[in-house]
Parts: sequence; C-alpha cells; structure tokens
Amino acid sequence: MKIKGSVWKYGADIDTDKIISAKYLTTSDPAELAKYCMEVEDKDFAANVKEGDIIVADKNFGCGSSREHAPIAIKAAGVSCVIAKSFARIFYRNSFNMGLPILECDEAVDSTSAGDILEVNLDTGKIKNLTNNKEFQALPVPPFMQTLINDGGLMASIKKRGLV
Amino acid sequence: MRPMTITEKILAKHAGQKTVTPGDLVNVKVDIALGNDITAPIAIREFKRIGATKVFNKNRVVLVPDHFTPNKDINSAEQCKILRDFAHEHKLKHYYDGGECGVEHALLPEKGIVVPGDVVIGADSHTCTYGGLGAFSTGSGSTDLAAAMITGEIWFKVPESIKFVFKGKLGKWVSGKDLILQIIGDIGVDGALYKAMEFTGSAVRSLSMDSRMSMCNMAIEAGAKSGIIAPDAKTRKYAEERAERKPVYYESDKAAEYCQIIEYDASKLQPKVAFPHLPSNTRDLSDVGKVALDQVVIGSCTNGRIEDMAVAAKILKGKKASKKLRLIIIPATPGIYNESLRLGYFDTFTKAGAIISPPTCGPCLGGHMGILAAGERALATTNRNFVGRMGHKESEVYLSNPAVAAASAVKGRIAGPDSL
Repeated sequence: MKIKGSVWKYGADIDTDKIISAKYLTTSDPAELAKYCMEVEDKDFAANVKEGDIIVADKNFGCGSSREHAPIAIKAAGVSCVIAKSFARIFYRNSFNMGLPILECDEAVDSTSAGDILEVNLDTGKIKNLTNNKEFQALPVPPFMQTLINDGGLMASIKKRGLV
Repeated sequence: MRPMTITEKILAKHAGQKTVTPGDLVNVKVDIALGNDITAPIAIREFKRIGATKVFNKNRVVLVPDHFTPNKDINSAEQCKILRDFAHEHKLKHYYDGGECGVEHALLPEKGIVVPGDVVIGADSHTCTYGGLGAFSTGSGSTDLAAAMITGEIWFKVPESIKFVFKGKLGKWVSGKDLILQIIGDIGVDGALYKAMEFTGSAVRSLSMDSRMSMCNMAIEAGAKSGIIAPDAKTRKYAEERAERKPVYYESDKAAEYCQIIEYDASKLQPKVAFPHLPSNTRDLSDVGKVALDQVVIGSCTNGRIEDMAVAAKILKGKKASKKLRLIIIPATPGIYNESLRLGYFDTFTKAGAIISPPTCGPCLGGHMGILAAGERALATTNRNFVGRMGHKESEVYLSNPAVAAASAVKGRIAGPDSL
C-alpha cells in the first residue's frame, strides 16, 4: 500500500504524555482523543493535521506510558504513518496491534523537514521525499510482525487461530 | 545446555522450552494479566469485539481501578464501571474497588498475587516493578492485555540483558530509587531499549524488598522491557508470608551472557534528583542548587510503600512542612495506609501539615489530588517528570527518593535530610 502525505516533524523522546496528556484519558473514544493529539508538544497540530499526513520524529518516539490511547489518537487524527529513528517498545507493539503503520529510518528523518511531501510504500518500506527528491529504505518489518499485519492485527490473528 | 540469565530461564520455562536465546520469538504462558481503569476499558472493548466470552482463568486476570479513583469525574466513573461490571460478570477473584483499592504495583506484591518466577503482563508501563521479586514482568498495551486475557499467552522477543553491578555499601539516605536514577542518568531514557536490566551486587542485596521494587519500577524509564533482581533469603521470606501460589526461585548462571556489564561503587553514590523534563536529567543532591518548591508528593507505585512512609515519618517527626508548599502523602495501599496509621505516622504527617490522600495514582500522572498550576514546581517520589506530567504544561516536576522529598518539604526547597 502506498501513502502520500505532508510531514509534521518532531524531535527525540516524544513521550506519551506529549502525544496524549493523561488528563484526557477518562475516555477511549478515538475521535475525542484526536482533538488533543500532540497538544503538549505542538498546540497547532490537532487543528491543522490533514488526513494522510505523516509524523516524522527522532529517536525513542512514544516513550513512557503503555497507554494505547497514544497510537489511537495519532491514527484518529488522520495520520497515515509515523517514521522515526526508533520507537519505545510498548508504543511499537501497540501500533502494530491497533493498526498504525510505523517505520524506522534514520536517513529519512535526517533528510526531511516539516511540510515536505513524502510517499511511503508500506509493503516495501521505500520512502520518497517528493519535495527534495531523495529516496530512503526503512528497516524491514520483522516477519512475525508482518504476519500480524497481514492477519489484520493481533485480535484478528487470535480469532484466525481459533483461540477465541 | 546454554547458560542463561534469570530472565531467559523464566521465559524458557513459560515457553515450554529447555533454553531460549536473545532474539528468539517465544509464545509464553502468563501467570497474571493486569489492567487498570485507564487501560482495561479498551482491553474489555477488544475482548467483546472479537466475541470472546470467557477469560483464560478467573484467578489470573487482575483488575485494579487505581488511576482516577476515587472517581474524579463522571467519565472516570464510567470507565471504572466497565471494570466493575466485567469483574463481576467473569467472577474475577482479584478485583479491588473502593476501600480495597490500592496502587496496583504496590497492591499485587503485598497480597501475594504476583510471586517470584512468574511471567506477568500488565497494561501499565510500571508493571516491570515485580522484577524486584524475581519475576519477569513487563508493561503492554490494552490489545496485548485483551489477547492475554483470552488466551493466557503472549508473544515476546527474548531480550538481551544488561547487568548492573553495585559493589560496596550504600551511603546514608541512598535507596533503590537513587540507584535506578543514577543508571537512567548514565544511560539515558532509551539506554536499555528492548533489553532486560539485571541488578546485582552487595548494595542491591542490602536493599529491602520495598526498595528493590522501587528500583525495578523505573526500568521502563530507561526504555527497558524489564528489570529484575534475583531472589535471595529476603525474597523467600517476603514470598512465604504472602504468596498465594508456589514461588519458583531462579538465578542467572555464572556463564550467562550479557550484552553489557556496568559496575558501580555504591559507596560513592549520593541521593539523586531528576530535573525537568526527563528522568535521565539527573544531578547529585549536592549539585542541585537552590530550587524552591510549591508542592511535594510522597507516594506512587515507585515510592508509596511502608518503608517510604517510615522514612518520611522519621524525617518529619516534630517538624512542620514549609508554609510555601503543599505536602501530599499517599500511602499506596489500604494495607500501607492502616500500618502507617497504627505506627503513628499519620499523627506525624498531619502535625507537619501534610495532606494524607487515600491510595491512588492521582497526581503522579496529573490525574487529580494535587495538580500543578502554570509556573509551579513539585518534587515527587514518582517516576516521570515529562512536560505537563503533573498538571499545567508550564509546571515542573523533579524526582527524588522519599527522604529527600520529606526534608525538602520542611525546607521549602530541594534539600537533603542532613540539612535539617
């Protein structure tokens, strides 16, 4: 699957409180959470993000809490994909489990600025920066995780295996 | 047979294998699957969405509504109701509500629900606390919890281990909290990303069970999958007094492989303070300078246990908290609350001008029971000091051990007990 979107660029160690502050965790409604997505880091994000936009961040994106509300808020805000140098492990698992595409790619992060247009092939991990015409290759998704994605997420995979 | 670390041994046993190697993907049986009032509602929604009708074991799925309780508003009450209804419908043995509720990572060990040798997953990042008992425990999201509630299993990539050796004797006022803050300051908030942290050495052996849990609690703040301390006589005594299942005591083989070994001379370490806005932004207490405070919080899954109450009471005895700040003390469980009352700590706390809160996560995550205004500054015995963590995004949170927090409450600025 190919996606194309405009970039929102952030730094290192974007924690889950920055992605969705705990004061909003009295609900798990995706549309409600989306309204406050990234509020602490970037107050303009939620009001201006467009369907298909892409978040590009430095290392350790999603560190801190286990709250699945973080990838839920990002996805519900319309973000099609997050590209970072690395992800905190619980955020990484959560994103696969609930269906937010995420990619690891140092070079793409270093050569992308806010507002650039990226084209991402989620199947191959090829990232094209259409603004500066550079191309990058994200780290491959581990085969086991790819199976989960193909099954439609963790819960669908459990159902498919007849475990429910 | 391949020599293994304690973490590898626990995972191998729960995967039904003789050995595992870091990097292996294993499907393991979980002994306990835990959720709270923020994370379990999503897990329960997923559970129902795929048509599940029963949990894998009604004694092993644990629900503790501890974050926004006592219910702070209508929405949080609705979330707690989802847990309550589910717990009753599925006849869960371990559901703690109202006056039985405590901060989950203090409550589960205290009640013997988690035992040494377990594999525990919890939809709360500080689930890594139980490593202090010699269990493999790690935080997960709600969907992973839902899957474990149904199947009793979870997949893991076997982590590499980093060994931290603390030789020598701990200095005065230096606790497990300071050791873990020292590590996080040295390796950074992703310094142990995806890895297991194993804490050893004479100084670690000298730590109480409370202090060991406090240390493992913050493994996640270095990005780790888990933190663990091999069981010893103290662990056995603790488990024998409360374990509701038979504990299994594992230890690392002498020839076990570590991706890194980091050694410290414990006698050279001071109490540490983490400055805003990352737990890795640490300084020795002697290098803190003048930091005036508006609030001090003593509590949480990191430092709300009886040892923490005891040290706070010792320092606050006969003293008054500065009128410039609010001192909030939160015993983490009803058991700790009652014991503090029995030992006269509450008399000391109230005479010092402290607010005593019922057990709750409350202010630690900016929920309730002590939220900060713009420009305010708190010192807390909690585990995170991210931007806006305890309230307004222009407020600040500093982290320390309970002794430093209690002394700072008296001084009105960050200070050590010896300055009183």
